[in-house]
Amino acid sequence: MNSTDTRDIDAQRAATSPADDAADDARASVLRAFGWSLARDLRIAMRSKAELGVQLLFYVIVVSLFPLSTSPSRDVLGMLGPGVLWTAALLASLLSLPRLFASDFTDGTLEQIALSPRPLPALVSGKIAAHWLTTGLPVAVMAPLLGAQYALDGEALSMLAIALLLGTPILSLLGAIGAALTLGARGGGGLLALLVLPLYAPVLIFGAGAVDAVRAGVSASAHLSLLGAGLIVAIIAVPFAAATAVRIALD
Amino acid sequence: MLINWYRFSSPVSFYPLAGTGAHVFGVLAALFAGAGLFVALYAAPTDATQGDAYRIIYLHVPAAWMAMFIYLVMAGWSAAALGFNARLSAMMAQALAPTGALMAALALWTGAFWGRPTWGTYWAWDARMTSTLILLFLYLGIIALRNAIEDPRRADRACALLALVGAVNVPIIYFSVRWWNTLHQGSSISLTVAPKMAMTMVTGILVMTAAAWCYTIAVTLMRVQAIIVERERGATWLDSLIDLRRRDGIGRSSA
Repeated sequence: MNSTDTRDIDAQRAATSPADDAADDARASVLRAFGWSLARDLRIAMRSKAELGVQLLFYVIVVSLFPLSTSPSRDVLGMLGPGVLWTAALLASLLSLPRLFASDFTDGTLEQIALSPRPLPALVSGKIAAHWLTTGLPVAVMAPLLGAQYALDGEALSMLAIALLLGTPILSLLGAIGAALTLGARGGGGLLALLVLPLYAPVLIFGAGAVDAVRAGVSASAHLSLLGAGLIVAIIAVPFAAATAVRIALD
Repeated sequence: MLINWYRFSSPVSFYPLAGTGAHVFGVLAALFAGAGLFVALYAAPTDATQGDAYRIIYLHVPAAWMAMFIYLVMAGWSAAALGFNARLSAMMAQALAPTGALMAALALWTGAFWGRPTWGTYWAWDARMTSTLILLFLYLGIIALRNAIEDPRRADRACALLALVGAVNVPIIYFSVRWWNTLHQGSSISLTVAPKMAMTMVTGILVMTAAAWCYTIAVTLMRVQAIIVERERGATWLDSLIDLRRRDGIGRSSA
């Protein structure tokens, strides 16, 4: 339904059918639920800034270890750079996944959220969006700085940032399913890594591939298109899967 | 004759059927494997370029096929388990996972042994090898998740969801890996070796695939029986069945 329809309905609210009203209410409900859980999770994240800082530092340190373990030569670093920066982004995302649901699960908030009349996929989407804003986005902003240490030139650095901006939301989305499935399970972080990292593989391939393509002087548009397509599919499908996973965890 | 298939969605009526099925398919698997190995090791000619080393193909190709196929079947049972909240479907999915992992591992293992004499390396980051490796990780993830969740019904549904998410991802992973491979790897090793195969070789592979298929069904049904016994222990039908067996056993030994 487009905006003119909405205005029409507003103008003749008295005359509209209950079905239209219900559809309108449902949409408002979805948006409000999304906004509420996004704002709530952001507020909670902002109250523990140290934790966010530690996660970003983790990214910086992992990236800094690779030159130490291989070679400081610019040729080698340039070749390794895209892959290292992307792999570290995967690990940073993985490390922060338990925060998505675990504390809400332990103190019972998640159960209350699931019991609320608002649609659970919208509430879960809000949490995922907050997770990306506090983990994926800082990594994407930070990556070009670290990429400069890997002898990547300006074009490759901006491509790295763009690819991470497209790819890290997919990591948060896919990771949310794994995080919800492992709630209350034994095995903790190792189990989550086993579930989530294989699913991350295509994002890694296309994300690092985009930067590699720019370095080789080829267009990266195919990589970016595939990342974008993946992101759209994930945005549409994952909230429902993650909400189902949350319900399973709460059984 | 019309059979009411829904009757078998209950563990009570499926348990004996699974026992019969396991026996039938176990025998079939042995027959096919015997015939297949005869073709593979005796009847099939030696390959002109690869010598006798190629004969591992008779194990390698069926294992690789089954690894992918079992994932598909497992995802199907998982969808049924999640959609209809059916216990037995989840048990079938649970029973298939170890065999799927075994087949994936077998495909990688035999592939490595085949690759050594023919390509000169145990491992290459070939698209099919890499995606089979990731498939193995998906299987292991499902098995690990199953073991990590205390409540079996919750584990059923969690594993079903994971299997479905994985099923959506398997083709994406396959094509992404294939594309990555064409980007990265030079043509140092030609992996597109598809020389015209002799008819006996094709027959051997197909018979061995039938053997692998029957083996999978037999082992899965046996495992389902074990899962039913484990989960339904204390149920009266199972107790009486076990009592019956025990009585029979005692009767036989005294006679």
